[in-house]
Amino acid sequence: MDAFREDFRMTQILVTANPISAVSDMLSHPFMRYAFISGTGIAVPAGLLSYFIVLRRQVFTGDALGHAAFTGALAALAIGADLRLGLFAITVAGGLLLGVLGNKARADDVVIGSFFAWMLGLGVLFLSIFTASQSAGNGAGGVRVLFGSIFGLDLVQAQVSVAIGAGITIALLAMARPLLFATIDEAVAEARRIPVRLLGYTFLVLVGLGTGQATQAVGALLILGLLATPGGIAQRLTTRPYVGLLLSCLVAVGSLWVGLTLSYALPSWPPSFSILAVASSAYVVVLVSSNAMRILASRGESDMLLDPVA
Amino acid sequence: MDPHLTWNLYRDVTQLFDYPFMVNAYRAGTIVAVTAAIIGWFMVLRRQTFAGHTFALVSFPGAAGAILIGVSATYGFFAFSICAALVIAASSRSSRGGYIEESAVIGTVQALGLAFGFLFVSLSHRNVSGAQALLFGGLVGITNDQVIQLLVGGLVVLAIVGFIWRPLLFASVDPDVAAARGVPVQVLAVVFLLVLAVAAAEASQVTGSLLVFALLVLPPATAELLVERPGLSLLTAVAIALLVTWLGLAMSYYNDYPIGFHITSLAFGAYLLAQGWRRLPRWTPFARTSV
Repeated sequence: MDAFREDFRMTQILVTANPISAVSDMLSHPFMRYAFISGTGIAVPAGLLSYFIVLRRQVFTGDALGHAAFTGALAALAIGADLRLGLFAITVAGGLLLGVLGNKARADDVVIGSFFAWMLGLGVLFLSIFTASQSAGNGAGGVRVLFGSIFGLDLVQAQVSVAIGAGITIALLAMARPLLFATIDEAVAEARRIPVRLLGYTFLVLVGLGTGQATQAVGALLILGLLATPGGIAQRLTTRPYVGLLLSCLVAVGSLWVGLTLSYALPSWPPSFSILAVASSAYVVVLVSSNAMRILASRGESDMLLDPVA
Repeated sequence: MDPHLTWNLYRDVTQLFDYPFMVNAYRAGTIVAVTAAIIGWFMVLRRQTFAGHTFALVSFPGAAGAILIGVSATYGFFAFSICAALVIAASSRSSRGGYIEESAVIGTVQALGLAFGFLFVSLSHRNVSGAQALLFGGLVGITNDQVIQLLVGGLVVLAIVGFIWRPLLFASVDPDVAAARGVPVQVLAVVFLLVLAVAAAEASQVTGSLLVFALLVLPPATAELLVERPGLSLLTAVAIALLVTWLGLAMSYYNDYPIGFHITSLAFGAYLLAQGWRRLPRWTPFARTSV
């Protein structure tokens, strides 16, 4: 992995040569192909989930599940089990627990905070057990869980992440309509016999699965960016739900692709950083420009309001 | 060093202070517990736990960035925590969708902050396990200077809160009425976010962000469940925070597991007990009498 980071020749190729050959050059490396494949398998469901998470005001839940994922992965490492098993077990269980603790499967801010402060405490315990059990004493496993290692995936991992991502996407799209209804107007949805609670739990389980899966790519601490930012951008740009869903998904996939390319061109930038930097820059641009448009628009309106008086 | 529990309780306690590092751990723990419980009480009241967690993590990019460009870590965490507080304050003020957008912005700030921390660490080619110390560090290995730094920071923060606590309480409990009475609700919100940010970042610089966040949220959340009157509830939060910190330090002295685990487990245990107590049916002996 370090070998390619030292190779600055690639950077020059990417900048100077024509874009098509640069891209094909980039994709000629297996680790880049796997990163793109598995990354897309992560970003598509993350973008879709993100739209609902922001709309349902559950970003903090995503944050909590990201940290729970850290604890789960380290627990699995500490007892010597497969890392992914611990990840998914704890994120799904955590999603359900936060649903139970909250009102109508939407947990309160303070309840979430309390729960995952303890989750982190457990994570530290497992980290210390794990590092004590490693004779070399390196905390590389812990760092990988925290910040992700998308350039270190192999073909099987890429396939698994695409399969899980496709599962989450299909499940979410199947329940998108009732979930939107239940989110936007809970009382009316309940009166129409829509199972609001069940939808809430199912959604949290999907968020748990998505978090567990994305942890491998961007890490437990940074998954929050993929779950918060695309939805925030989509909320700003449109009020139409399906357009918003699509937009959120495109933003997630776009930031992942651009971020991966950036990290390939600039080897000293970790991929997790590049991906989140691209997404956040897009959010800043959208926020600033839409605020500016609104100020201009309100100025126009107030002129019109003032006209008849004058 | 071979500490072990005996049946002599007095010896057990004095043994805790045999080593200077434990004395400093107790000093630092006490300062952080008191400061975090008081700030956290307002944070819980205002339901800004998410922002508090973000600020506790922002010390990581601050410190890593300062190390990278070779300045004192103090500048790093001040710069990052103040920026984060201002961005979050601006988003909650101007947002069209109210809290919907605020939480998306907080999430983005937190993730980007951590990503920057990761970038700084990998650019400075340092061992990444330093990142783990910043995130999950404990109370061991704190110097006298750091204790003084914590004390000064804590006193400044508490002085500011002491100065604004009445309007802040009013604005937190009922922002609409407070605004109608001429309380500068918006200004108070920004000031409180700044205080929270600096307090959380400054403390997590020394003790790791996990511990700060746990002490910010758990004791006040427990106190909120137990006591209704504001002043008493604040005192309860401080008492729980101190108890949990002191006990947790003693426990981790006598076994090998990390301080963060002990303190968060004790605090979460207290929180669960309080939750259970609140849900006791009325006919049971210790059920709450008030509504």
